[in-house]
Amino acid sequence: MGSASSVLSQSDIEEVQEHCNNLFTEEEIVSLYQRFCQLDGNGKGFISADEFLSHPDFSISPLSERLLMMVDGLNFKDFVAFLLAFSAKASMKQKIEFVFKVYDSEHNDKVTFSDILEVLRDLTGPIMSDEQREAVLSQVLQEAGYTMESLLLLDDCIKIVNKSGLKMEVEVSTSLSM
Amino acid sequence: MKSSSSELELDRPNIEDYLPSDSFTLPPSPTRLLHLRDLLDISPTLTEAAGAIIDDSFTRCFKSNPPEPWNWNIYLFPMWCLGVVIRYGILFPIRVIVLTIGWIIFLSSYFSVHFLLKGQEKLRKNLERSLVELICSFFVASWTGVVKYHGPRPSIRPKQVFVANHTSMIDFIILEQMTAFAVIMQKHPGWVGLLQSTILESVGCIWFNRTEAKDREIVARKLREHVEGADNNPLLIFPEGTCVNNHYSVMFKKGAFELGSTVCPIAIKYNKIFVDAFWNSRKQSFTKHLLQLMTSWAVVCDVWYLEPQNLKPGETPIEFAERVRNIISTRAGLKMVPWDGYLKYSRPSPKHREQKQKSFAESVLRRLEQK
Repeated sequence: MGSASSVLSQSDIEEVQEHCNNLFTEEEIVSLYQRFCQLDGNGKGFISADEFLSHPDFSISPLSERLLMMVDGLNFKDFVAFLLAFSAKASMKQKIEFVFKVYDSEHNDKVTFSDILEVLRDLTGPIMSDEQREAVLSQVLQEAGYTMESLLLLDDCIKIVNKSGLKMEVEVSTSLSM
Repeated sequence: MKSSSSELELDRPNIEDYLPSDSFTLPPSPTRLLHLRDLLDISPTLTEAAGAIIDDSFTRCFKSNPPEPWNWNIYLFPMWCLGVVIRYGILFPIRVIVLTIGWIIFLSSYFSVHFLLKGQEKLRKNLERSLVELICSFFVASWTGVVKYHGPRPSIRPKQVFVANHTSMIDFIILEQMTAFAVIMQKHPGWVGLLQSTILESVGCIWFNRTEAKDREIVARKLREHVEGADNNPLLIFPEGTCVNNHYSVMFKKGAFELGSTVCPIAIKYNKIFVDAFWNSRKQSFTKHLLQLMTSWAVVCDVWYLEPQNLKPGETPIEFAERVRNIISTRAGLKMVPWDGYLKYSRPSPKHREQKQKSFAESVLRRLEQK
Protein backbone atom coordinates (compact mmCIF):
# COMPACT_ATOMS: atom_id res chain seq x y z
CA MET A 1 0.00 0.00 0.00
CA GLY A 2 3.03 2.28 -0.07
CA SER A 3 3.17 5.39 2.04
CA ALA A 4 0.13 6.46 3.97
CA SER A 5 -2.41 8.54 2.14
CA SER A 6 -5.34 9.57 4.20
CA VAL A 7 -7.92 7.52 2.36
CA LEU A 8 -8.15 3.79 1.86
CA SER A 9 -9.48 2.44 -1.38
CA GLN A 10 -11.80 -0.55 -1.54
CA SER A 11 -9.05 -2.78 -2.88
CA ASP A 12 -6.72 -1.70 -0.08
CA ILE A 13 -9.33 -2.67 2.46
CA GLU A 14 -9.84 -6.04 0.82
CA GLU A 15 -6.11 -6.66 0.76
CA VAL A 16 -5.91 -6.01 4.48
CA GLN A 17 -8.96 -8.16 5.15
CA GLU A 18 -7.40 -11.05 3.32
CA HIS A 19 -4.19 -10.61 5.25
CA CYS A 20 -6.09 -10.84 8.51
CA ASN A 21 -8.40 -13.68 7.50
CA ASN A 22 -11.48 -11.46 7.63
CA LEU A 23 -11.31 -11.11 11.38
CA PHE A 24 -11.97 -7.41 11.15
CA THR A 25 -14.92 -5.88 9.34
CA GLU A 26 -14.48 -3.18 6.71
CA GLU A 27 -15.65 -0.54 9.17
CA GLU A 28 -13.16 -1.68 11.76
CA ILE A 29 -10.33 -1.55 9.23
CA VAL A 30 -11.27 1.99 8.24
CA SER A 31 -11.37 2.94 11.90
CA LEU A 32 -8.00 1.30 12.55
CA TYR A 33 -6.57 3.15 9.58
CA GLN A 34 -7.72 6.48 11.00
CA ARG A 35 -6.05 5.54 14.25
CA PHE A 36 -2.88 4.40 12.42
CA CYS A 37 -2.65 7.75 10.62
CA GLN A 38 -3.22 9.54 13.88
CA LEU A 39 -0.39 7.64 15.58
CA ASP A 40 1.90 8.06 12.58
CA GLY A 41 2.36 11.81 12.93
CA ASN A 42 4.16 12.53 9.67
CA GLY A 43 2.70 10.06 7.18
CA LYS A 44 5.74 7.80 6.97
CA GLY A 45 3.62 4.68 6.59
CA PHE A 46 4.72 3.18 9.89
CA ILE A 47 4.64 4.19 13.54
CA SER A 48 7.93 4.73 15.32
CA ALA A 49 8.63 3.61 18.88
CA ASP A 50 8.74 7.22 19.99
CA GLU A 51 5.28 7.84 18.63
CA PHE A 52 3.89 4.84 20.50
CA LEU A 53 5.54 5.93 23.71
CA SER A 54 4.15 9.45 23.48
CA HIS A 55 0.79 8.04 24.53
CA PRO A 56 0.83 7.78 28.30
CA ASP A 57 -1.88 5.08 28.37
CA PHE A 58 0.48 2.85 26.43
CA SER A 59 3.85 3.79 27.85
CA ILE A 60 2.86 3.13 31.46
CA SER A 61 1.98 -0.47 30.66
CA PRO A 62 4.55 -2.85 32.18
CA LEU A 63 4.62 -4.79 28.90
CA SER A 64 4.97 -1.78 26.63
CA GLU A 65 8.59 -2.51 25.68
CA ARG A 66 7.82 -6.09 24.72
CA LEU A 67 4.85 -5.06 22.62
CA LEU A 68 6.92 -2.28 21.12
CA MET A 69 9.45 -4.80 19.81
CA MET A 70 6.63 -6.60 18.06
CA VAL A 71 4.82 -3.58 16.65
CA ASP A 72 7.57 -1.04 15.99
CA GLY A 73 7.91 -0.07 12.35
CA LEU A 74 5.04 -2.16 11.04
CA ASN A 75 3.11 -0.94 8.02
CA PHE A 76 -0.65 -0.79 8.23
CA LYS A 77 -1.31 -4.33 6.97
CA ASP A 78 1.00 -5.86 9.55
CA PHE A 79 -0.33 -3.50 12.21
CA VAL A 80 -3.80 -4.93 11.67
CA ALA A 81 -2.37 -8.46 11.69
CA PHE A 82 -0.70 -7.67 15.01
CA LEU A 83 -4.03 -6.66 16.50
CA LEU A 84 -5.77 -9.80 15.22
CA ALA A 85 -5.49 -11.61 18.50
CA PHE A 86 -7.59 -8.93 20.14
CA SER A 87 -10.54 -9.26 17.83
CA ALA A 88 -13.66 -10.80 19.31
CA LYS A 89 -13.70 -13.21 16.40
CA ALA A 90 -10.20 -14.54 16.98
CA SER A 91 -9.99 -18.15 18.11
CA MET A 92 -8.64 -19.13 21.51
CA LYS A 93 -5.67 -20.71 19.75
CA GLN A 94 -4.83 -17.40 18.02
CA LYS A 95 -4.98 -15.56 21.32
CA ILE A 96 -2.79 -18.07 23.10
CA GLU A 97 -0.40 -17.93 20.16
CA PHE A 98 -0.07 -14.17 20.64
CA VAL A 99 0.66 -14.56 24.33
CA PHE A 100 3.23 -17.23 23.41
CA LYS A 101 4.93 -14.82 21.03
CA VAL A 102 5.20 -12.19 23.76
CA TYR A 103 7.06 -14.70 25.96
CA ASP A 104 9.15 -16.21 23.20
CA SER A 105 11.70 -13.42 23.00
CA GLU A 106 14.19 -15.49 20.99
CA HIS A 107 11.63 -16.45 18.37
CA ASN A 108 12.55 -20.12 18.53
CA ASP A 109 9.05 -21.42 19.32
CA LYS A 110 10.11 -22.38 22.83
CA VAL A 111 9.43 -20.62 26.11
CA THR A 112 12.04 -21.17 28.77
CA PHE A 113 12.05 -20.63 32.52
CA SER A 114 14.02 -17.42 32.09
CA ASP A 115 11.56 -16.13 29.45
CA ILE A 116 8.69 -16.46 31.93
CA LEU A 117 10.85 -15.00 34.65
CA GLU A 118 11.59 -11.93 32.55
CA VAL A 119 7.95 -11.26 31.82
CA LEU A 120 7.17 -11.72 35.48
CA ARG A 121 9.88 -9.18 36.27
CA ASP A 122 8.25 -6.68 33.89
CA LEU A 123 4.89 -7.24 35.54
CA THR A 124 5.92 -7.10 39.17
CA GLY A 125 8.68 -4.51 39.16
CA PRO A 126 10.90 -3.72 42.12
CA ILE A 127 8.51 -4.92 44.84
CA MET A 128 9.46 -8.57 44.41
CA SER A 129 13.05 -9.69 44.43
CA ASP A 130 14.49 -11.99 41.77
CA GLU A 131 14.74 -14.77 44.35
CA GLN A 132 11.08 -14.41 45.23
CA ARG A 133 10.10 -14.56 41.59
CA GLU A 134 12.21 -17.64 40.93
CA ALA A 135 10.78 -19.34 43.97
CA VAL A 136 7.17 -18.63 42.99
CA LEU A 137 7.76 -19.71 39.44
CA SER A 138 9.49 -22.98 40.23
CA GLN A 139 6.79 -23.78 42.73
CA VAL A 140 3.93 -23.38 40.26
CA LEU A 141 5.89 -25.09 37.49
CA GLN A 142 6.48 -28.11 39.68
CA GLU A 143 2.85 -28.26 40.60
CA ALA A 144 1.88 -28.27 36.92
CA GLY A 145 4.31 -31.09 36.22
CA TYR A 146 7.18 -29.10 34.70
CA THR A 147 10.65 -28.29 35.90
CA MET A 148 12.95 -25.29 35.66
CA GLU A 149 14.62 -26.84 32.64
CA SER A 150 11.36 -27.49 30.79
CA LEU A 151 10.85 -25.86 27.44
CA LEU A 152 7.25 -24.93 26.87
CA LEU A 153 5.92 -25.24 23.36
CA LEU A 154 2.80 -23.63 21.98
CA ASP A 155 0.84 -26.84 22.55
CA ASP A 156 1.90 -26.89 26.20
CA CYS A 157 0.62 -23.37 26.66
CA ILE A 158 -2.64 -24.22 24.97
CA LYS A 159 -3.03 -27.16 27.34
CA ILE A 160 -2.25 -25.02 30.40
CA VAL A 161 -4.57 -22.17 29.57
CA ASN A 162 -7.25 -23.87 27.58
CA LYS A 163 -9.53 -25.15 30.31
CA SER A 164 -10.49 -21.70 31.49
CA GLY A 165 -9.70 -19.85 28.29
CA LEU A 166 -8.33 -16.35 27.80
CA LYS A 167 -10.23 -13.13 27.88
CA MET A 168 -8.36 -10.85 25.53
CA GLU A 169 -10.55 -8.56 23.48
CA VAL A 170 -10.41 -4.95 22.47
CA GLU A 171 -13.28 -3.22 20.78
CA VAL A 172 -12.52 -1.16 17.71
CA SER A 173 -15.00 1.66 17.86
CA THR A 174 -16.39 2.45 14.44
CA SER A 175 -18.46 5.51 15.27
CA LEU A 176 -17.07 8.76 13.86
CA SER A 177 -17.81 10.85 16.92
CA MET A 178 -15.81 10.72 20.12
CA MET B 1 14.72 24.68 48.13
CA LYS B 2 13.63 21.29 46.89
CA SER B 3 15.17 19.87 43.75
CA SER B 4 12.88 19.82 40.75
CA SER B 5 12.77 16.03 40.56
CA SER B 6 11.44 15.66 44.07
CA GLU B 7 8.93 18.37 43.29
CA LEU B 8 7.76 16.29 40.36
CA GLU B 9 7.31 13.35 42.73
CA LEU B 10 5.13 15.38 45.06
CA ASP B 11 3.18 16.57 42.07
CA ARG B 12 1.77 13.17 41.32
CA PRO B 13 -1.62 12.67 42.89
CA ASN B 14 -2.98 9.25 43.70
CA ILE B 15 -3.27 7.88 40.18
CA GLU B 16 -4.80 4.69 41.51
CA ASP B 17 -8.05 6.55 41.97
CA TYR B 18 -8.37 6.90 38.24
CA LEU B 19 -6.72 3.93 36.60
CA PRO B 20 -8.61 0.64 36.37
CA SER B 21 -6.51 -1.34 38.80
CA ASP B 22 -8.50 -4.56 38.67
CA SER B 23 -6.73 -5.70 35.52
CA PHE B 24 -3.45 -5.69 37.39
CA THR B 25 -4.30 -8.20 40.00
CA LEU B 26 -5.00 -11.89 39.63
CA PRO B 27 -8.60 -13.00 39.34
CA PRO B 28 -10.38 -12.68 42.67
CA SER B 29 -10.74 -16.08 44.29
CA PRO B 30 -9.23 -16.02 47.73
CA THR B 31 -9.57 -19.74 48.17
CA ARG B 32 -7.83 -20.66 44.91
CA LEU B 33 -4.17 -21.40 45.14
CA LEU B 34 -1.68 -19.93 42.71
CA HIS B 35 -1.25 -21.98 39.53
CA LEU B 36 1.07 -21.81 36.53
CA ARG B 37 -1.86 -20.74 34.46
CA ASP B 38 -2.33 -17.62 36.56
CA LEU B 39 1.22 -16.52 36.06
CA LEU B 40 1.31 -17.32 32.36
CA ASP B 41 -1.90 -15.52 31.56
CA ILE B 42 -0.85 -11.96 30.86
CA SER B 43 -3.96 -11.25 28.82
CA PRO B 44 -5.36 -8.45 31.04
CA THR B 45 -2.14 -6.45 30.77
CA LEU B 46 -1.94 -7.10 27.04
CA THR B 47 -5.56 -6.10 26.59
CA GLU B 48 -4.99 -2.79 28.31
CA ALA B 49 -1.88 -2.04 26.27
CA ALA B 50 -3.60 -3.00 23.01
CA GLY B 51 -6.57 -0.87 24.04
CA ALA B 52 -4.22 2.06 24.44
CA ILE B 53 -2.80 1.45 20.97
CA ILE B 54 -6.29 1.48 19.48
CA ASP B 55 -7.59 4.45 21.42
CA ASP B 56 -6.32 6.34 24.41
CA SER B 57 -7.86 8.88 26.72
CA PHE B 58 -4.92 11.27 26.45
CA THR B 59 -5.18 11.77 22.68
CA ARG B 60 -8.91 12.27 22.97
CA CYS B 61 -8.36 15.35 25.13
CA PHE B 62 -6.55 17.11 22.32
CA LYS B 63 -8.50 15.92 19.32
CA SER B 64 -10.47 18.59 17.51
CA ASN B 65 -13.68 16.93 16.45
CA PRO B 66 -15.09 18.53 13.33
CA PRO B 67 -18.89 18.64 13.30
CA GLU B 68 -20.77 16.60 10.70
CA PRO B 69 -21.01 18.53 7.44
CA TRP B 70 -24.59 19.54 6.82
CA ASN B 71 -24.19 20.91 3.31
CA TRP B 72 -24.22 17.63 1.49
CA ASN B 73 -27.29 17.79 -0.67
CA ILE B 74 -28.61 19.90 -3.51
CA TYR B 75 -30.81 22.10 -1.36
CA LEU B 76 -28.42 22.67 1.49
CA PHE B 77 -25.30 23.24 -0.58
CA PRO B 78 -26.40 26.53 -2.18
CA MET B 79 -27.51 27.75 1.25
CA TRP B 80 -24.11 26.91 2.59
CA CYS B 81 -22.44 28.71 -0.30
CA LEU B 82 -24.56 31.77 0.38
CA GLY B 83 -23.52 31.51 3.99
CA VAL B 84 -19.85 31.42 3.00
CA VAL B 85 -20.28 34.49 0.84
CA ILE B 86 -21.97 36.38 3.66
CA ARG B 87 -19.43 35.27 6.25
CA TYR B 88 -16.30 35.96 4.24
CA GLY B 89 -17.56 38.81 2.08
CA ILE B 90 -19.73 40.81 4.45
CA LEU B 91 -19.26 39.80 8.07
CA PHE B 92 -15.51 39.41 7.97
CA PRO B 93 -14.73 42.88 6.55
CA ILE B 94 -17.19 44.49 8.98
CA ARG B 95 -15.55 42.69 11.86
CA VAL B 96 -12.09 43.67 10.75
CA ILE B 97 -13.22 47.30 10.58
CA VAL B 98 -14.80 47.09 14.03
CA LEU B 99 -11.66 45.55 15.46
CA THR B 100 -9.42 48.14 13.82
CA ILE B 101 -11.57 50.97 15.20
CA GLY B 102 -11.39 49.33 18.58
CA TRP B 103 -7.59 49.12 18.40
CA ILE B 104 -7.27 52.75 17.35
CA ILE B 105 -9.46 53.90 20.23
CA PHE B 106 -7.69 51.62 22.64
CA LEU B 107 -4.11 52.43 21.67
CA SER B 108 -4.65 56.18 21.59
CA SER B 109 -6.51 56.21 24.91
CA TYR B 110 -4.15 53.76 26.53
CA PHE B 111 -0.95 55.58 25.70
CA SER B 112 -2.41 58.98 26.54
CA VAL B 113 -3.56 57.71 29.92
CA HIS B 114 -0.28 55.88 30.48
CA PHE B 115 1.89 58.93 29.94
CA LEU B 116 -0.34 61.85 30.88
CA LEU B 117 -1.54 60.43 34.17
CA LYS B 118 1.89 59.34 35.38
CA GLY B 119 1.39 61.07 38.70
CA GLN B 120 -2.06 59.80 39.54
CA GLU B 121 -1.49 56.07 39.98
CA LYS B 122 -4.91 55.07 41.17
CA LEU B 123 -6.82 56.89 38.45
CA ARG B 124 -4.42 55.66 35.80
CA LYS B 125 -4.77 52.10 36.94
CA ASN B 126 -8.54 52.24 36.91
CA LEU B 127 -8.61 53.74 33.45
CA GLU B 128 -6.13 51.20 32.12
CA ARG B 129 -8.24 48.44 33.59
CA SER B 130 -11.38 49.73 31.87
CA LEU B 131 -9.51 50.15 28.60
CA VAL B 132 -8.26 46.56 28.65
CA GLU B 133 -11.82 45.44 29.30
CA LEU B 134 -12.89 47.60 26.37
CA ILE B 135 -10.46 46.13 23.85
CA CYS B 136 -11.46 42.65 24.94
CA SER B 137 -15.09 43.53 24.30
CA PHE B 138 -14.07 44.65 20.83
CA PHE B 139 -12.37 41.30 20.27
CA VAL B 140 -15.42 39.41 21.44
CA ALA B 141 -17.60 41.55 19.17
CA SER B 142 -15.30 40.77 16.27
CA TRP B 143 -16.29 37.11 16.46
CA THR B 144 -19.84 37.93 17.38
CA GLY B 145 -19.32 36.35 20.72
CA VAL B 146 -22.52 35.34 22.43
CA VAL B 147 -21.38 34.90 25.99
CA LYS B 148 -23.73 34.17 28.82
CA TYR B 149 -22.29 34.90 32.25
CA HIS B 150 -23.80 33.10 35.21
CA GLY B 151 -23.13 33.74 38.85
CA PRO B 152 -21.88 36.71 40.86
CA ARG B 153 -19.22 38.86 39.17
CA PRO B 154 -15.75 38.67 40.69
CA SER B 155 -14.94 41.34 43.27
CA ILE B 156 -11.49 42.82 43.65
CA ARG B 157 -10.16 41.56 46.96
CA PRO B 158 -6.77 40.39 48.09
CA LYS B 159 -6.02 36.75 48.89
CA GLN B 160 -8.10 35.31 46.13
CA VAL B 161 -7.25 33.49 42.94
CA PHE B 162 -9.48 32.59 40.00
CA VAL B 163 -9.06 29.31 38.16
CA ALA B 164 -10.73 28.19 34.95
CA ASN B 165 -10.59 25.34 32.44
CA HIS B 166 -8.66 26.15 29.28
CA THR B 167 -9.72 25.65 25.69
CA SER B 168 -8.07 28.48 23.79
CA MET B 169 -6.41 31.81 24.44
CA ILE B 170 -9.78 33.39 23.79
CA ASP B 171 -10.83 32.10 27.25
CA PHE B 172 -8.72 34.87 28.63
CA ILE B 173 -10.31 37.51 26.37
CA ILE B 174 -13.82 36.38 27.20
CA LEU B 175 -13.19 36.56 30.91
CA GLU B 176 -11.15 39.74 30.64
CA GLN B 177 -13.95 41.72 29.03
CA MET B 178 -15.95 41.34 32.23
CA THR B 179 -13.14 41.82 34.76
CA ALA B 180 -9.59 43.00 34.21
CA PHE B 181 -7.73 39.97 35.51
CA ALA B 182 -4.02 39.59 35.82
CA VAL B 183 -3.09 36.36 34.13
CA ILE B 184 -0.22 33.96 34.31
CA MET B 185 0.67 32.96 30.78
CA GLN B 186 3.28 31.33 28.62
CA LYS B 187 5.23 33.99 26.73
CA HIS B 188 4.42 33.63 23.05
CA PRO B 189 6.38 34.74 20.02
CA GLY B 190 5.22 37.19 17.39
CA TRP B 191 2.57 39.86 17.71
CA VAL B 192 0.97 38.08 20.66
CA GLY B 193 4.24 38.36 22.54
CA LEU B 194 4.41 42.05 21.75
CA LEU B 195 0.95 42.57 23.19
CA GLN B 196 1.91 40.56 26.21
CA SER B 197 4.98 42.66 26.96
CA THR B 198 3.29 45.98 26.57
CA ILE B 199 -0.34 46.02 27.50
CA LEU B 200 -0.77 42.92 29.57
CA GLU B 201 2.18 43.89 31.77
CA SER B 202 0.14 46.84 32.95
CA VAL B 203 -2.68 44.60 34.12
CA GLY B 204 -0.15 42.75 36.21
CA CYS B 205 0.45 39.62 34.13
CA ILE B 206 3.08 37.10 35.10
CA TRP B 207 5.07 35.12 32.53
CA PHE B 208 6.39 31.62 32.77
CA ASN B 209 8.53 29.44 30.60
CA ARG B 210 7.51 25.80 30.39
CA THR B 211 10.96 24.58 29.49
CA GLU B 212 12.82 26.21 32.37
CA ALA B 213 13.12 23.98 35.40
CA LYS B 214 14.05 26.73 37.89
CA ASP B 215 11.19 28.78 36.52
CA ARG B 216 8.65 27.13 38.83
CA GLU B 217 10.17 28.59 41.96
CA ILE B 218 10.37 32.07 40.50
CA VAL B 219 6.81 31.92 39.29
CA ALA B 220 5.54 30.56 42.60
CA ARG B 221 7.16 33.50 44.36
CA LYS B 222 5.67 36.02 41.92
CA LEU B 223 2.22 34.48 42.36
CA ARG B 224 2.43 34.75 46.10
CA GLU B 225 3.55 38.38 45.94
CA HIS B 226 0.75 39.27 43.56
CA VAL B 227 -1.96 37.69 45.66
CA GLU B 228 -0.86 39.45 48.82
CA GLY B 229 -1.02 42.90 47.18
CA ALA B 230 -4.36 44.57 47.82
CA ASP B 231 -4.20 46.79 44.78
CA ASN B 232 -3.34 44.17 42.25
CA ASN B 233 -5.91 42.97 39.79
CA PRO B 234 -7.44 39.60 40.67
CA LEU B 235 -5.26 36.78 39.45
CA LEU B 236 -6.56 34.33 36.85
CA ILE B 237 -4.84 31.01 36.41
CA PHE B 238 -5.50 28.16 33.99
CA PRO B 239 -4.24 25.24 36.06
CA GLU B 240 -4.41 22.72 33.21
CA GLY B 241 -1.37 24.42 31.77
CA THR B 242 -2.40 23.73 28.19
CA CYS B 243 -5.41 23.97 25.89
CA VAL B 244 -7.79 21.03 26.05
CA ASN B 245 -10.66 20.37 23.66
CA ASN B 246 -13.53 21.38 25.99
CA HIS B 247 -14.83 17.82 26.35
CA TYR B 248 -12.26 16.67 28.85
CA SER B 249 -10.26 18.20 31.65
CA VAL B 250 -6.68 17.21 32.41
CA MET B 251 -5.05 17.39 35.80
CA PHE B 252 -4.73 20.75 37.47
CA LYS B 253 -1.29 21.90 38.52
CA LYS B 254 -1.18 22.51 42.22
CA GLY B 255 0.57 25.94 41.99
CA ALA B 256 -2.65 27.92 42.26
CA PHE B 257 -3.83 25.87 45.21
CA GLU B 258 -0.96 26.32 47.57
CA LEU B 259 -0.96 30.10 47.81
CA GLY B 260 -3.01 30.16 50.95
CA SER B 261 -5.83 32.04 49.21
CA THR B 262 -9.43 31.43 48.40
CA VAL B 263 -9.85 29.78 45.03
CA CYS B 264 -12.78 30.94 42.92
CA PRO B 265 -13.54 28.42 40.17
CA ILE B 266 -14.80 29.55 36.76
CA ALA B 267 -16.22 27.06 34.29
CA ILE B 268 -16.28 27.80 30.55
CA LYS B 269 -18.20 25.73 28.06
CA TYR B 270 -18.29 26.50 24.35
CA ASN B 271 -21.18 25.58 22.13
CA LYS B 272 -19.80 24.09 18.93
CA ILE B 273 -22.90 24.98 16.94
CA PHE B 274 -21.09 27.45 14.66
CA VAL B 275 -17.45 26.92 15.35
CA ASP B 276 -15.21 24.81 17.55
CA ALA B 277 -13.30 27.21 19.77
CA PHE B 278 -10.64 24.65 20.73
CA TRP B 279 -7.24 26.01 19.80
CA ASN B 280 -5.05 23.12 18.77
CA SER B 281 -1.77 24.98 19.11
CA ARG B 282 0.13 22.22 17.34
CA LYS B 283 -2.05 22.44 14.27
CA GLN B 284 -2.84 26.17 14.02
CA SER B 285 -1.13 29.41 14.79
CA PHE B 286 -3.11 31.83 16.93
CA THR B 287 -3.58 34.14 13.98
CA LYS B 288 -5.16 31.38 11.95
CA HIS B 289 -7.31 30.45 14.89
CA LEU B 290 -8.57 34.02 15.25
CA LEU B 291 -9.26 34.24 11.53
CA GLN B 292 -11.25 31.04 11.74
CA LEU B 293 -13.35 32.56 14.51
CA MET B 294 -13.80 35.80 12.64
CA THR B 295 -15.17 34.02 9.60
CA SER B 296 -17.73 31.97 11.50
CA TRP B 297 -21.21 33.06 12.38
CA ALA B 298 -20.69 33.33 16.11
CA VAL B 299 -18.81 32.02 19.10
CA VAL B 300 -21.31 30.85 21.67
CA CYS B 301 -20.31 30.05 25.19
CA ASP B 302 -21.38 29.93 28.81
CA VAL B 303 -19.29 31.19 31.70
CA TRP B 304 -20.13 30.19 35.24
CA TYR B 305 -18.59 31.97 38.21
CA LEU B 306 -18.75 29.30 40.88
CA GLU B 307 -18.65 29.38 44.65
CA PRO B 308 -15.25 30.28 46.14
CA GLN B 309 -13.45 27.35 47.77
CA ASN B 310 -10.92 27.18 50.54
CA LEU B 311 -8.43 24.53 51.51
CA LYS B 312 -10.22 22.19 53.90
CA PRO B 313 -8.42 21.15 57.10
CA GLY B 314 -6.31 18.09 56.39
CA GLU B 315 -6.56 18.51 52.63
CA THR B 316 -3.39 18.59 50.58
CA PRO B 317 -3.05 21.17 47.75
CA ILE B 318 -3.29 18.34 45.22
CA GLU B 319 -6.55 17.07 46.71
CA PHE B 320 -7.80 20.66 46.77
CA ALA B 321 -6.91 21.03 43.09
CA GLU B 322 -8.75 17.83 42.20
CA ARG B 323 -11.79 18.88 44.18
CA VAL B 324 -11.96 22.20 42.34
CA ARG B 325 -11.37 20.43 39.01
CA ASN B 326 -14.33 18.22 39.84
CA ILE B 327 -16.51 21.27 40.55
CA ILE B 328 -15.54 22.91 37.26
CA SER B 329 -15.82 19.70 35.20
CA THR B 330 -19.26 18.91 36.59
CA ARG B 331 -20.52 22.40 35.80
CA ALA B 332 -19.08 22.47 32.28
CA GLY B 333 -19.83 18.83 31.45
CA LEU B 334 -16.20 17.78 31.05
CA LYS B 335 -14.87 14.27 31.59
CA MET B 336 -11.96 14.16 33.98
CA VAL B 337 -8.88 12.25 32.88
CA PRO B 338 -5.88 11.44 35.06
CA TRP B 339 -3.28 12.91 32.76
CA ASP B 340 -1.01 15.87 33.22
CA GLY B 341 -1.37 18.29 30.31
CA TYR B 342 2.40 18.59 30.11
CA LEU B 343 2.53 14.98 28.91
CA LYS B 344 1.95 16.62 25.55
CA TYR B 345 5.59 17.62 25.87
CA SER B 346 7.12 14.87 28.01
CA ARG B 347 6.85 11.24 29.15
CA PRO B 348 4.89 10.07 32.19
CA SER B 349 6.76 9.49 35.43
CA PRO B 350 7.84 5.90 36.12
CA LYS B 351 5.77 6.05 39.28
CA HIS B 352 2.60 5.24 37.31
CA ARG B 353 4.01 2.01 35.99
CA GLU B 354 5.37 1.13 39.40
CA GLN B 355 1.91 1.51 40.83
CA LYS B 356 0.61 -1.12 38.41
CA GLN B 357 3.52 -3.41 39.11
CA LYS B 358 2.93 -3.05 42.83
CA SER B 359 -0.73 -4.15 42.55
CA PHE B 360 0.18 -7.20 40.54
CA ALA B 361 3.08 -8.23 42.76
CA GLU B 362 0.96 -7.86 45.86
CA SER B 363 -1.79 -10.02 44.44
CA VAL B 364 0.70 -12.75 43.53
CA LEU B 365 2.18 -12.70 47.01
CA ARG B 366 -1.23 -12.73 48.58
CA ARG B 367 -2.35 -15.81 46.61
CA LEU B 368 0.90 -17.50 47.46
CA GLU B 369 0.30 -17.04 51.15
CA GLN B 370 -2.82 -19.06 50.87
CA LYS B 371 -0.84 -22.26 50.34
